[in-house]
Amino acid sequence: MVAQNGRVITGWVRNGTVAAARGLVFAVLSQTVTIVLVVASLLAVVFVALGIGVLAVPVVAAGARALADLHRRLARDWSGVDIPRPYRSPSEPVGGVRGAWRRCWWVLTDPATWRDLLWLLVEIVLGLVLGLLPFCLIVKGLEGIFVAPFLWLLVDGYGYGAVWPIENPAEALLSTLPGASMLLLGLAVGPWILRLHALIARSLLGPTRAAELHRRVDHLAASRTGVVDARAAELRRIERDLHDGPQARLAALGMNIGLAEELLARDPDEARRLLAEARTVSGEALAELRSLVRGIHPPVLAERGLGPAVQALALALPLPVTLDLDLPGRLEPPLESAAYFCVAEALANVVKHSGAGQAEVRLAHRSGRLTMTVTDDGVGGADPDAGSGLHGVRRRLVAFDGTLAVVSPAGGPTTVTMELPCE
Amino acid sequence: MRVVIAEDLALLRDGLTRLLTAYGLEVVGAVDNGPSLLRALTTLRPDVAVVDVRLPPTFTDEGLRAAAAARAQLPGLPVMVLSQHVEQLYARELLSDRAGGVGYLLKDRVSDVGRFVDAVRQVAAGGTVMDPEVVGQLLARRSRETPLQRLTAREREVLALMAEGRSNAAIAARLAVTDKAVSKHINSILTKLDLPPSDDDNRRVLAVLAYLDG
Repeated sequence: MVAQNGRVITGWVRNGTVAAARGLVFAVLSQTVTIVLVVASLLAVVFVALGIGVLAVPVVAAGARALADLHRRLARDWSGVDIPRPYRSPSEPVGGVRGAWRRCWWVLTDPATWRDLLWLLVEIVLGLVLGLLPFCLIVKGLEGIFVAPFLWLLVDGYGYGAVWPIENPAEALLSTLPGASMLLLGLAVGPWILRLHALIARSLLGPTRAAELHRRVDHLAASRTGVVDARAAELRRIERDLHDGPQARLAALGMNIGLAEELLARDPDEARRLLAEARTVSGEALAELRSLVRGIHPPVLAERGLGPAVQALALALPLPVTLDLDLPGRLEPPLESAAYFCVAEALANVVKHSGAGQAEVRLAHRSGRLTMTVTDDGVGGADPDAGSGLHGVRRRLVAFDGTLAVVSPAGGPTTVTMELPCE
Repeated sequence: MRVVIAEDLALLRDGLTRLLTAYGLEVVGAVDNGPSLLRALTTLRPDVAVVDVRLPPTFTDEGLRAAAAARAQLPGLPVMVLSQHVEQLYARELLSDRAGGVGYLLKDRVSDVGRFVDAVRQVAAGGTVMDPEVVGQLLARRSRETPLQRLTAREREVLALMAEGRSNAAIAARLAVTDKAVSKHINSILTKLDLPPSDDDNRRVLAVLAYLDG
């Protein structure tokens, strides 16, 4: 019990001390880099009129963003306050004067740039005041306890707190009480002040509601274009497959049967041969339609849902696939279909490229997320950016705000993790 | 022989009825949905049922489930399942009770009328008939394993036909060899795969399918 209390107190004192030290870091940053960047920013903006600022603005902005990023990281690591980056993504790089103009324009038109500048100005004061407060409280408190009771003997006219100057030992001892209070206060408020500082930073360094919506719109526009393109390409493929396959075969079928009808009386043997051929052709047409249907929406998926469909898929593969399915209930049909084709493409990749001897598929639907993991013991080196089937998987996932993560060191094993939100 | 047909598309339902009647089978019931099928099977107790997998009201695997429910009440009730697509998953479920009297074919196979009616009769007699596509998938999946690699090309052919549920005579006719040659191949296959020899055709088919699905 005593030991435990001791540990709690030690931890508390350590937290307070660490927080005060971290505050000092902010105070130092605010009086050095921050001031320099404020001056540089103002100069750069003014010099845009003279031309040279066009080159300076992006450089200075990069510096400001680097400092802001440092504060974002410290806010996360030290106070657990998450501050997302609000900056717009840059347009494609262009060389020459036009490129310089465009970069400058990109920086100046981003509201986040001006919010950064406002934050730099605020931070000069805020960083100093909030940064030094706990530290000063602790130092002054320590003075009251350890220095004041003795220093009045050496320095004439020295005082502490309300007692000024200290003239006798009783008054000297009186300084320990406010000293201890200040020390405790400094240790106690340190972490809170650090957090307050982070929250204020978030209000200026995080994305505004408008910026957040802006980013969301950009993202949705991009993913919608991807979906529409993919849809159109798929419909074109189906049209072509139908045209070249079943449609052509049904036409041939009609011709065969018509001809057989003609020949029935005159040449029954030839008529029989034509009818047999017609039967073969009808079988081929059906086989083609079947494989087309599988590509559009696999029958087991329609009949039984995701789990059994993946089971049926695994059974049809040339390598053993272990399944671990945790799927209570059925998903919305569009999600189910997307999830199925993601797993199917990932497995097709395993068969085509990995040379794996076995694979494992895990599906888990928990707390509004469907997590799909496909692992194989193949050669590794899978790269979703290299235009493999994984690129298609990512495109499917993005349409549903899903994510793809691939871990595939050379030599294997490869793990493909796909996540779909499904509220 | 009394048959119940379950198929929701009138065109195919009438076609099947006409076809089976032409071959001398008696169609005692033709239904177009799952609940009616279950009722027809349990009340009419046909010698064999010809069932489409996908039926109303859900248009999922209604037919398969109705057939399974009927077989749970009347063990061994012969059922020939037809579908636009065949799945190993469903084949496995149909074979799981090991009672025989089960067929699973693509609807395409109906166009080979004689063979199809033979298959229906075979199922009615308690036999097992599997679509070549199911057998082909099973063989493809196990082909890398050594016991199957010890088979000769001809023996593999015989194995595939055997797994489809064909009789020795049918295999012999198909491969244009004598019955005796087929028996020899079959014995050799059973030995190489370490399966017990059996005179009962159906038990032999089930053993081979179980081996391939292993």
